[in-house]
Amino acid sequence: MRGPQHRVLALHGSVLALLFLLQFVLPAYHHTNFTSIMVLATYGIGYNILIGYTGLLSLGHAMFFAAGLYAAGLTVHYFNLDPVSAFLFGAVAALAFAAAVGLVALRTTGVSFMIVTMMFSQACFLLILYFNEVTRGDEGIVLTEAARQIGDFSLVNPAVRYNLALALFAIAVALCFILIRSRVGRVLVAIRENEERVKMLGYHTFRYKLLALALSGMLSGAAGAAYALMFGYVGATFASIEYSIYALLWVLLGGSGTILGPIVGALLMFYLVEWTSEVTESYRIVVGAVLVLLTLFFPKGILGTLREKRLRWLP
Amino acid sequence: MSLGPHLLLALMEGTVAAFVLALTALGLALVFGVMRIVNVAHGEFFMLGAVLAWAFAHLIGSPALGFLVAIIASPIIVGGAALAIDRMILRRFNYQPEATIVATIGLLYIIQQLVLVFYGPDARSVEAPINFRIQLPWFGYSGYKVVVAGIAALLLLATWYGIARTKLGLVMRATQFDSETAQAFGIPVDRVYAAVFAIGAMLAAIAGVLIVPIKQAYYLMGLDPLLLSFIVVIIGGLGSLRGAIIAAFVIGISDGVISVFFSPNLSKILATLLVALVLVFRPEGLFGGKAR
Repeated sequence: MRGPQHRVLALHGSVLALLFLLQFVLPAYHHTNFTSIMVLATYGIGYNILIGYTGLLSLGHAMFFAAGLYAAGLTVHYFNLDPVSAFLFGAVAALAFAAAVGLVALRTTGVSFMIVTMMFSQACFLLILYFNEVTRGDEGIVLTEAARQIGDFSLVNPAVRYNLALALFAIAVALCFILIRSRVGRVLVAIRENEERVKMLGYHTFRYKLLALALSGMLSGAAGAAYALMFGYVGATFASIEYSIYALLWVLLGGSGTILGPIVGALLMFYLVEWTSEVTESYRIVVGAVLVLLTLFFPKGILGTLREKRLRWLP
Repeated sequence: MSLGPHLLLALMEGTVAAFVLALTALGLALVFGVMRIVNVAHGEFFMLGAVLAWAFAHLIGSPALGFLVAIIASPIIVGGAALAIDRMILRRFNYQPEATIVATIGLLYIIQQLVLVFYGPDARSVEAPINFRIQLPWFGYSGYKVVVAGIAALLLLATWYGIARTKLGLVMRATQFDSETAQAFGIPVDRVYAAVFAIGAMLAAIAGVLIVPIKQAYYLMGLDPLLLSFIVVIIGGLGSLRGAIIAAFVIGISDGVISVFFSPNLSKILATLLVALVLVFRPEGLFGGKAR
C-alpha cells in the first residue's frame, strides 16, 4: 500500500498547493469566483460523504447549508457574535440539525429517503419565508463590514477570504480522507454496496447512516456559515431546492465517491453556466442537459470514470 | 362574512383542490407503484398541461371550445412527450431508481427552459369555459370549480376501473407484482412501463388543464403540485393508490382551510410535519405494505 499512499498524498497536496499559488495569478474577478467555488466545493464534499460513500441520495442538502448560513448570519446580525464563534456555532447547529433530521428521515429507505429529504428541505425554505420578520425572507440580510472582522483581518479583503476558503476546503478534504480510511468509513462504503449484508454481520447500520448524515450536514453547514461570513449575505435562495440540486450536480459530474470530485464538478459547472449565460440566458438547459447526459453516458462522473479506466488508486 | 360560511367556502375550495391533487398524485403513485421509479419531472407535466391549455384557448379564441380541445389534445401531447422520454432516456439505463431521479431532475430543468423560451416568463390566465355561479345564501360559488371536481372524480373512477377491471390493468398489476415472472409469461414489460409512464404524465397534464382557469399558467408552477404529490404519496404509502387518494383528500382539504385562514406556506409546513409524524409511527406510510 506504500506506493498508492504516496501518490494519493502527492496528488491532493499538489491540488491544494496549486489552489494556493493560483491566488497570485488569478485576475480579481476569477479570484472571487475561486473563493466561492472552494466554499461550495466544501459543501459538495459534505454531500459526497452521504451520496458517494454511504450511498444515500438526499435531495435536501440545501437545508443543512442554510442551517449553517442562518445560524452564523443571524447570530452575527442580531447578537454581534464574532465571526469565528459564529462559524463554529453554524457548523455545530448544522450538525445537530442534521442528526435530528436523520432520526426521522433515515426511517425510510431508498427513494422515500430522497422524497422525504426534499420535502423537509422545502419546509425549511418555507419556514424561512414564514418568519419573514426575523430572516427578511427572499430579500435577505446583509452583514456589515464591521461585523466581519477577525482581529486585524477583515473578511472583506479578497486575499483573507481566499485563504480562509482554501483552509476550509483543505480541512474538508483532510476530514473526508481520514473518514474514508477509517474503520467507520469502510463500514459506510460497505453499507453503500450491500446494507443487508452489513446488517447480517452485526453492524447497527442505522447508527452508521446517522453518523454519516450528521457529518455530511456539519460540513455542508460549515460551508454555509463560511459563505454567509465571507460574502456578507444571508438569504432564502440558499435554502431553495436548486441549491440541493447543485450539490448533486457537482458531485455527480466530478465523480461521486471521489475526494476531489466535488471541486472538479463545482469548478466546471460554475464556468459552464457562466460561459453559457454570456451566450444565452439559459442556465437551466445547461444544468438539465448535464444531468441527463451524465446518467446516460457518464454515471460515474469524471474522476469516477478516470478511476475505473486508469487511476485505480484514486480515493 | 361570518365564520360558518367562511369555513364552508374554505372547505369547498379545499375539496376542489383535493380532487386536482388526487389526480396529480395518482399519476405519481401509479408510476411508482408499477415501475418503482420516482418521476421528479411529474410537476412539469402538470405545468405543460396548463401551458398547452392556455395555448389552445389562445389559438381557438372561444373559451369553451378551447377548453374542450385542450382537455383532449394536451394529455395526448404530454403523453407523447412522456413516451419519448421513456424510450430515449429511462429505458436506456433500465429504470435504475437513482439514475431515474437524476435524469428526471434534468428533464425538469429542460422542460422549464423550453417553456420559458416558447411561452415566456409571464403568468397568464385562461377564461373559464363555462360561466355560471352557484348562488348559496352567503356567497356565490364558481360553477366551473364544481365541474373541475366532477371531471376529476370521473377520471379517478375511470383510472380505478382501468386498473381493476380491464386487461391492460391486469397486465399492469401483474407487472407490478413481479415484473420478471410477468415477462416470463409473455407480458411485454417494456411496453407496459411505457404505457404506465405515459398514463401518469397524462393524469398530471389533465390536472394542469383543469387548474388553469382557476390559477394562472406559469413556467414554475410545477413545483407546488410536485411537492404536494410527494407529501401525499409518502403519507399514503409509496405505491398505494388507495392511500394516495385518501391522503390527497386529507392534505388537499386541510391545505385549503389553513391557506384561507392562515397562510399557504404555513399549511405546507404543517403538512411536512405530518409526514414526519407518520414516518415516526409508520415508516411505510398509512397504507403502504412492507417493501418486498
